[in-house]
Amino acid sequence: MERRNTASNRVVFLALFILAALFLAPVLVVLMNSFKGRFYISETAFLPPTGSMFVGLDNYFNGVDKTAFFNAFGYSLYITVFAVLLICLFNSMAAWYITRIKSTYSSALYYLLIFSMIVPFQMVMFTMSKMADMLHLDTPTGVVVLYVGFGAGLSVFMFSGFIKSVPIDIEEAAMIDGCNPIQVFFRVVFPILQPVVITVAILIAMWTWNDYLLPYLVIGQKYRTIPIAVQYLRGGYGSKDMGAMMAVLVLSMIPVIVFYLSCQKYIIRGVVAGAVKG
Amino acid sequence: MQKVLKKYVAFFTFPTLLAFIIAFLAPFLMGVYLSFTEFTAVTDSKWVGIENYIKAFTSGGDFLNSLWFTTKFTVISVISINLLAFLLALLLTRGVRWTNGFRTVFFMPNLIGGIVLGYIWQLIINGILYQSGVTLTTDPKYGFWGLVVLMNWQMIGYMMIIYIAGIQNVPTELRDAAAVDGATPIQELFHVTVPMVMPSITICLFLTLTNSFKLFDQNLALTAGAPGKQSEMLALNIYNTFYGSIHSEGIGQAKAVIFFLLVTVIAFIQLRLTRSREVEN
Repeated sequence: MERRNTASNRVVFLALFILAALFLAPVLVVLMNSFKGRFYISETAFLPPTGSMFVGLDNYFNGVDKTAFFNAFGYSLYITVFAVLLICLFNSMAAWYITRIKSTYSSALYYLLIFSMIVPFQMVMFTMSKMADMLHLDTPTGVVVLYVGFGAGLSVFMFSGFIKSVPIDIEEAAMIDGCNPIQVFFRVVFPILQPVVITVAILIAMWTWNDYLLPYLVIGQKYRTIPIAVQYLRGGYGSKDMGAMMAVLVLSMIPVIVFYLSCQKYIIRGVVAGAVKG
Repeated sequence: MQKVLKKYVAFFTFPTLLAFIIAFLAPFLMGVYLSFTEFTAVTDSKWVGIENYIKAFTSGGDFLNSLWFTTKFTVISVISINLLAFLLALLLTRGVRWTNGFRTVFFMPNLIGGIVLGYIWQLIINGILYQSGVTLTTDPKYGFWGLVVLMNWQMIGYMMIIYIAGIQNVPTELRDAAAVDGATPIQELFHVTVPMVMPSITICLFLTLTNSFKLFDQNLALTAGAPGKQSEMLALNIYNTFYGSIHSEGIGQAKAVIFFLLVTVIAFIQLRLTRSREVEN
């Protein structure tokens, strides 16, 4: 921070400025093409939508219609919100128990959860989706249940890392004052966990909102979340409606960008904390 | 407290345990077992020993091809992402104007989902290739470099954030001492900054390595493996073996087990190698 306005910093600024423009360009090109007639898109991807190319909001009406986009938005939102809530609730409860009780059960569960973090999804995708069918979990609520199990590795790891640094004295004092463990957890422990709850909530929200394969395999035939809706537009090979695709891409990015700009501070802090732990 | 809390084991851990068994533990164990059997649903399995593992490598050769494709992609992506992210982190810790704005822009692609990213880059790359009369799926090399560019765009900002945090943690006295001792900026970089941010480098290498190796959504959206199966990465190859061909679920599951073992081995080797080079502080 010591050298602010040197000549070299001006060069660096210019380089960063050009690079930032390049980083934004793909998103802007998609936005621009979303106002173009479908047959112009592949041929003139980098020209602005002028004259006969301009079709107004047609692609948006078309895309929303073809993919039932607002239903997809609803399913994505439902799954993400409930996955975040239940993971933060159930996994923090489990993490507290595992951290405070030293037993074979605790450490077995802990290491199994950690182990699940490195296993690639392809290893379990077939058997998991069959299992979900058998247990009638092939609904958006069922997907939430699967996320609670599949997300448990990361979130229990993060929660218990934090709980280890919380002095046990406060909890014991509450116990002596007559609280039972359920009261201790909800009145004393959970409020202390707030920073790590925000981190976990952000990591889980980013994962579940963007996840394609798990919901596709489990509920993809009946319910389309946003990534499934986008992929659905691909259709048979070569037959895809590029106009509708551009519009749906823009619509899928809007919620993400709004979320990013409104809680950027927490998101960046969250992913750094998540990365450092993981 | 221990004694009282122990009575509440069901209340605190069973919701997570139950979901974990359904979503992961049972499917994982079933998956390992089924890789040694022939099956179409999970209930009609017939033991075939290691036949599926042999077939994984011998039938079609597409598995080895995807393994090679994935390996090349991973090596190039890991190197390019980390070099560029580290460079950006250095540039963004010099107190240049608009530092926060740049950080916001560079990180943004990381939040967009893989499927959406794939179609964004399909448009861009096809738009560029259109000038030369070819498309992304004319030759697997376009799909390959397309994926590399996409992955860089997605992950550079994320790694940059981690490197920035690492660089900001380097004590100023160390750099001042190096400067007093007459170190050039290059010497300072390689003898002070790099050793001090080794923990960040470990994390970033680990994240880029596993994310590149396990890539699926972006691969499916960008080329879906075309032309033929030549731009198919491992995860997509396994997916297509399960769902894209008949009576090959056993082979798909065997490939999945091999994939799991590869990911695990890579992760452990990588962690050991870089952990041993970290500076104690």
